[in-house]
Amino acid sequence: MDTNTIITLLLLLAPLAGFLINVFFGKQFSKNVSGAIGTLTVFSSFVCSCILFSNVSANPKGITITLFEWFQVSNVTIDFAFLIDQLSVLWLLFVTGIGSLIHLYSISYMHEDDNMHKFFAYLNLFVFFMITLVTGSNLLVLFIGWEGVGLCSYLLIGFWYNNQDYNDAAKKAFIMNRIGDLGLLIGIFILGILFQSLDYTTIKTAVISAQELDLQWISIAAFCLFIGACGKSAQIPLYTWLPDAMAGPTPVSALIHAATMVTAGIYLVTRLNFIFDLVPNVQLIVAVVGAVTAFIAATIGLVQNDIKKVLAYSTVSQLGLMFMALGFGAYEVAVFHVITHAFFKACLFLGSGSVIHALHGEQDMRKMGGLKKSMPITFVTMLISSLAIAGIFPLSGFWSKDEILMVAFHANPILWVVGSIASVMTAFYMFRLMYLTFFKDFRGTEQQKNHLHESPALITIPLIVLAILAFFGGLLNLPGSHWLNHFLEPIITKVKTESHGLGQTEYMLMGIATVGALVGIGLAYNKYIKQNEIPDTDTSLVGFSKVLYNKYYVDEFYMTAIVNPINRLSKLFRDHIERYLSFAVFGLGKTAILLGTYGRKLQNGNIGLYLFVFVLGFCAIMSYLFLAQ
Amino acid sequence: MNVTLILIVLLVGAIVTYLSGNKLASKVSLFFGIISFGLTIYLLQLFNQGQNIAFYSKWITNPNINFVLSVDGFSIAMVLLTTSLTSLIIFSSFDNNFKNAKAIYSLILLMAFAMVGTFLAADGLLYYIFWELALIPIYFIALIWGNGDADERRKAVAKFFIYTFAGSLFMLVAFVYMYNKIGSLLISELYAIKLSSTEEYLIFGAFFLAYAIKIPLIPFHTWQANVYQKAPTVGTMLLSGIMLKMGLYSVIRWQMPITPNVSKYFVQTIVGLGIAGVIYGSIVALRQKNLKKLLAYSSLAHVGLIAAGIYSLTLDGLRGAVLQMIAHGFVVVGLFLAAEVIERRYQTNTVSDLGGIRAQSPKFSSMFMILVLASVALPSTFNFIGEFTVLYSLAQVNIGLAILGGTTIILGAYYMLKMYQNVMLGKTNDKPFADVTFTEGTTFIIIIIVLIFFGLYPKPIFDLISPSIISTLDIINNTK
Repeated sequence: MDTNTIITLLLLLAPLAGFLINVFFGKQFSKNVSGAIGTLTVFSSFVCSCILFSNVSANPKGITITLFEWFQVSNVTIDFAFLIDQLSVLWLLFVTGIGSLIHLYSISYMHEDDNMHKFFAYLNLFVFFMITLVTGSNLLVLFIGWEGVGLCSYLLIGFWYNNQDYNDAAKKAFIMNRIGDLGLLIGIFILGILFQSLDYTTIKTAVISAQELDLQWISIAAFCLFIGACGKSAQIPLYTWLPDAMAGPTPVSALIHAATMVTAGIYLVTRLNFIFDLVPNVQLIVAVVGAVTAFIAATIGLVQNDIKKVLAYSTVSQLGLMFMALGFGAYEVAVFHVITHAFFKACLFLGSGSVIHALHGEQDMRKMGGLKKSMPITFVTMLISSLAIAGIFPLSGFWSKDEILMVAFHANPILWVVGSIASVMTAFYMFRLMYLTFFKDFRGTEQQKNHLHESPALITIPLIVLAILAFFGGLLNLPGSHWLNHFLEPIITKVKTESHGLGQTEYMLMGIATVGALVGIGLAYNKYIKQNEIPDTDTSLVGFSKVLYNKYYVDEFYMTAIVNPINRLSKLFRDHIERYLSFAVFGLGKTAILLGTYGRKLQNGNIGLYLFVFVLGFCAIMSYLFLAQ
Repeated sequence: MNVTLILIVLLVGAIVTYLSGNKLASKVSLFFGIISFGLTIYLLQLFNQGQNIAFYSKWITNPNINFVLSVDGFSIAMVLLTTSLTSLIIFSSFDNNFKNAKAIYSLILLMAFAMVGTFLAADGLLYYIFWELALIPIYFIALIWGNGDADERRKAVAKFFIYTFAGSLFMLVAFVYMYNKIGSLLISELYAIKLSSTEEYLIFGAFFLAYAIKIPLIPFHTWQANVYQKAPTVGTMLLSGIMLKMGLYSVIRWQMPITPNVSKYFVQTIVGLGIAGVIYGSIVALRQKNLKKLLAYSSLAHVGLIAAGIYSLTLDGLRGAVLQMIAHGFVVVGLFLAAEVIERRYQTNTVSDLGGIRAQSPKFSSMFMILVLASVALPSTFNFIGEFTVLYSLAQVNIGLAILGGTTIILGAYYMLKMYQNVMLGKTNDKPFADVTFTEGTTFIIIIIVLIFFGLYPKPIFDLISPSIISTLDIINNTK
């Protein structure tokens, strides 16, 4: 085994080992020990990722590691094999890096929980599956990770399993993801049948060297894969699980439902960019779905009062922007935004966790306010991240979001408008969140007020690191250097290097985006600082804001249109169809008995009757024979 | 050394168990179960080395019936499944204090004997005798040791017996007809039989009735749920884990090679019927009030997909179906054991009476969860390999079939997670729930290890069954 194999195995197995240790022995450890084991294993994966990063930088072709043959279908052999290349290594870095920070944070955040060892076990398992997802060299190893992270998401959303509402949210996330997974599977089937392989490299070679491609089937496959991506990355119509997923502990929301797992759909599309490039129709669908999701989710975010719900809709909306970029074939731009978003959104979630922690579980922003004095570090780090997500120069979000909008402007002005409006709304609801939480006077109880405090170092250190990354993240891909674009060149067949110069249009677009962001912030300032508004109670909402507050009633619609009919059908089958079928079988038996009863009466010893029947039968046979001739 | 030895061990085991008395019966029967399993492994070694472990003997001269047991990778895989699961099932019941234990354990071994015979028999009549013989022990097990109201139970069990027996009679008629035609029921000669189109249709239909009831395919499944609920859990495990695989096995071994043309003609229809079973079973499972009944309908859905794979007549379909037969055997035994664990503590399997168990029994909850996940075919479990392969084969036939069959991954997750939530989660139950005992835990762990090991490394089973599946497909595709 060469060193790369060993490092890759270590990368994978460290979190798995952490999982197993905490599952089997966690109960005997003190809480800090379980937390330390969980954190250190993920940190070792981070170290491995760094080493692999430097190895890959030196080796543009990437490293393939084949362990053993898994199984076969038809003539497709599926190996347990891993591909460490530019794309996977980028994901590895931020998954394990941010993962380590969030593990560290959780040691303090979850300290009160009796099942802390279980929490770390699940988090480690999640990191293991996420690493599997991004390092697998074929679609089925990816699928192991894909469903594995879904499982961990299920386990962690329902971590407090005494509450059936949380369990409902967990179940909903799993099932909705599985709808996407069916799409992904069908896509995998079609690719397997078309290319006789599920290995990325082999398919890519086949696509590039092919004389003639069955574009119709490829577009169906791409569409199916996109359905899978929609499920995992919470795009319309499969997005409603993500806001509900906020039932899980806040570190989970930060890690799984903001920074890493939900980007798996973007990873998938980027990984298969050579497939999507062939089918512009599907790309258009991707772009439109992304833009519409970005817009719709942002509108819902405008009126939510639960601090985590705001962030959840913001995540859906930002993921929508990324999909829009993917749809325009600007994969590298989407990846750029994935990374910057991971920084600032993780920071925002952890910051909100810090606030919730200080308020002993309160999540309603109407009962917050004025926290900036007592929680200065949380405030500053969240402010930096909010400015970043709003797209204020020179923070990371400015660069990445700007590139998405630039691409959109050139490719499809209508979607550019949609995306830009979504960005203005983003600035608005983020600062609504900031103003309601940190400014003016505290609106909670006296008891809470007396206990207000900044969170301990284990919580603030990750916040500070993430805020720094959110600030400087743009350096990865500044116009002029475009380090990220160049780094990803071997992966993405069509990196658009030609549009790198900054012309007048680009400066104008940057200007428009900045003005938009400032307008959004200004509106929020006007409403929540100047006019000192506090959102109304839920019942007094009227008109469109009520519709928004209730998320366009999409959940209710799904309930009425899909879930309830299935359940009614189930009841119908159970109470009626099953009975009829059963009756039909017994009916056969009953008929036999009935015939028997009548038949017995015929055999009554009456010679006359026998003779009569005999003659009748004889006549019948004779007439049949004559007539037949 | 040949395969009759397995049969002899099981039969002797049944007798010795009965003679050993109620106290020792469970241990004695486990001993013979494990011996038969070990023997199967040993014979598998010999088989892999190319030794002849088949058995042939004249039995009845007029009519010309032979005592023939033949072996290929497929049948030995099924024998392995039978002997390993039988041992596990016996072991899992150590905590039950059956009345008249010597009789029930003896019947379990007798049933294993008949099932192994069914998987090995290579003469039509011999096969038929084993096939029907398997019905007798399970009839008594369900009738005598079952639960619930005795009168209802008698009804349910009688319905099951008559229903499956009636179906099988058609098969007997088919065998008699073929014997009259060629004067032999040796499987190799039946494979070569020349049938007119009408004859082939009728024989196919006769086999179909026997197997569709046994498997069961909808709409022939109405005996299933009630029997699964009423039978003692060991009986339910034997039925769902092994016995319904007899039907699936026979389709591949007897029905399709003997009537290949009609089988090909009905591909779309019966695959469609199988998939209808997947959807129907899943939907009915959603609203079941009784845990064991819910699992029965889940089983109906799973075997529907397996049958669809088999009748697709593709290599992947057959191979995936066989893998799934084995995987399903293990997972379903585990799930019914979970139901039994709950019943032992709460004396009920009614879902609405349960809930809040997880906090009290972390080990049981984790193991039950893993079984639920295996049942919904999470990748890296054995069930995923089978399900993926079958769905892949359906995609080759028709992508629409793969999509319809694939709804199992959504609906399956729906009813299983809903069940788990209602049974295990929620506010801690007032009634105390002791965590798993040594036997329960060990059984679960063995099942989980099997499911995960072969989920990651299915190659041994794959290599074992592939050659015989390929040659069966050759027979189907190249004859007549």
